[in-house]
Amino acid sequence: MTWINAIVQGMLLGGIFAMAAAGLSLIFGVMRIANLAHGDLMILGGYVASVAAAHYGVPVPLTVLVSMIAVGALGYLVQRSLLDRAMSLGELTPMLVTFGISLIIPNVLVQVFSNDAQPLSTGSLGTASIDLGGDLAIGWFPLITVVAAVAVLTALHLFLHRTQPGRIVRATADDRTTVRLMGVDNRKIYALTSVIAFATVALAGSLYTMRQGGVTPYEGQLTVLFAFETVIIGGLGSLWGTLAGGMVLGVAQSVGAQISPDLPLLAGHLVFLLILVVRPQGLFGRSVPA
Amino acid sequence: MNTLLSVANVDAGYGDFQALFGIDLEVDEGELLALVGANGAGKSTLLRTIAGALKPFDGTVRFAGEDVTAEPDVRRARKGIGLVPEGRRLFASLTVEENLQVGAATGRKGPWNLAKVYEAMPLVADRRTRRAARLSGGEQQAVAIGRALMGNPRLLLLDEVSLGLAPVVVDQLYTALPGIRAEGTTVILVEQDLNRTLAVADRVACVLEGRIVLTGRADRLTRDQVTAAYFGTGTLPEVTSS
Ligand SMILES: Nc1ncnc2c1ncn2[C@@H]1O[C@H](COP(=O)(O)OP(=O)(O)OP(=O)(O)O)[C@@H](O)[C@H]1O
Ligand SMILES: [Mg+2]
Repeated sequence: MTWINAIVQGMLLGGIFAMAAAGLSLIFGVMRIANLAHGDLMILGGYVASVAAAHYGVPVPLTVLVSMIAVGALGYLVQRSLLDRAMSLGELTPMLVTFGISLIIPNVLVQVFSNDAQPLSTGSLGTASIDLGGDLAIGWFPLITVVAAVAVLTALHLFLHRTQPGRIVRATADDRTTVRLMGVDNRKIYALTSVIAFATVALAGSLYTMRQGGVTPYEGQLTVLFAFETVIIGGLGSLWGTLAGGMVLGVAQSVGAQISPDLPLLAGHLVFLLILVVRPQGLFGRSVPA
Repeated sequence: MNTLLSVANVDAGYGDFQALFGIDLEVDEGELLALVGANGAGKSTLLRTIAGALKPFDGTVRFAGEDVTAEPDVRRARKGIGLVPEGRRLFASLTVEENLQVGAATGRKGPWNLAKVYEAMPLVADRRTRRAARLSGGEQQAVAIGRALMGNPRLLLLDEVSLGLAPVVVDQLYTALPGIRAEGTTVILVEQDLNRTLAVADRVACVLEGRIVLTGRADRLTRDQVTAAYFGTGTLPEVTSS
């Protein structure tokens, strides 16, 4: 039963990875930028939520929204002031800019909040669970997380495939100069993409922080790895793949932890490498992104 | 006749390389002008300059009485200049219908919508759910034209519609032209086939090495005159204005 439990817990953890990875995949698909700051933005999202609760008395469920709005707005600023310009300078320049951001965020967090964990508690929700008999129990909070992940990915999918702005985002991913001939300013589409990606990673970061009970400045170095692994396991450009990728990584880590407390990260990396070798395009990979 | 487009004294090119020299060109509302010229003459460069995808080094572009030289392609598309670019440039991962819908992003009102494009081009209607990447060349070209029409342009720029297509397919594409013109749309067309050009155009302009060397009404120009201008051989006829 402990094994089944490990798998279930892993799938719930995978929901957070999937949410975090969706924005990474979107930014890469539309702008061809590998956002190395994605993990640190996730952690920043966690900080915003926890500070909002601790210092401004925002009710914990609402901190998620506060974080999404704040980090989403940051996405707009970063895109317009830094990434747009970087994109016009060269292929690799935007990635270097995101690398710079990934250095700045944890250092600023250490300066302002010290190295200590910034707590964020969901109170009784954190421990409440549904008993399924035997050793098997599903925590309410992880369950909410996984439902949120499915909801976010579904919403993103519907947006991209069923709405005119979504179609334009996909068209821009295909050919950024040709959309201009249809009256579409590709830079506005980039800004929209970044806002969506930053807001979803803030959501993932807030839930991640609640799940851990708190957050520390340098955790982004790990979460960025999880996000990249999730995208690559699932296959670039497929949102369902991203969900599957998150689940696979979550289960690998959770089962690894069941074998030995030292093992979760290694187990995750091994599964990632295995998939890279056996199926380099990922589980749901397509040749055409988004 | 109202002048819809007027290009005056335009020099344009890429970086240090100049491709167009002192281009002067006027197109009336409702007219169909054909640009002819050898490979590399500068026809596509001229269309791109009119659409605003390329900024000229010098000179002015006026559209509907307004100086649009400083306006980028995005703004010109919304004002009603639609370019069907060389090589079609469809959105490969989108379906045919989605490509058409993106064409409507100019936000312009007018006669063209999905139903009307499908009616004018049955070739497109049959393929509406197929991804653009999986279309034949002729189908791609038809979708590219339909996509531009969805933006309800006042001026439609067609670059090498027949490139690489079988004559029957080209015939099919050209059957849509009268329907487009019937809506009052002004057209500038780049076409390699001289017979076809002279048959459909009101007026012809020959481009040779970045200069317009001959313009005239299609029904008053002979094949030989155009050929001479095309290759820059023989004695150039007097440059006739319409
Ligand atoms: N992107 C570019 N960068 C540099 N030079 C270019 C570029 N595009 C075109 N040129 C050059 O500009 C000149 C005019 O090219 P253009 O494409 O306008 O000719 P064209 O008349 O359309 O030819 P074709 O019939 O082959 O399409 C050519 O000498 C070409 O090599
Ligand atoms: Mg050309």
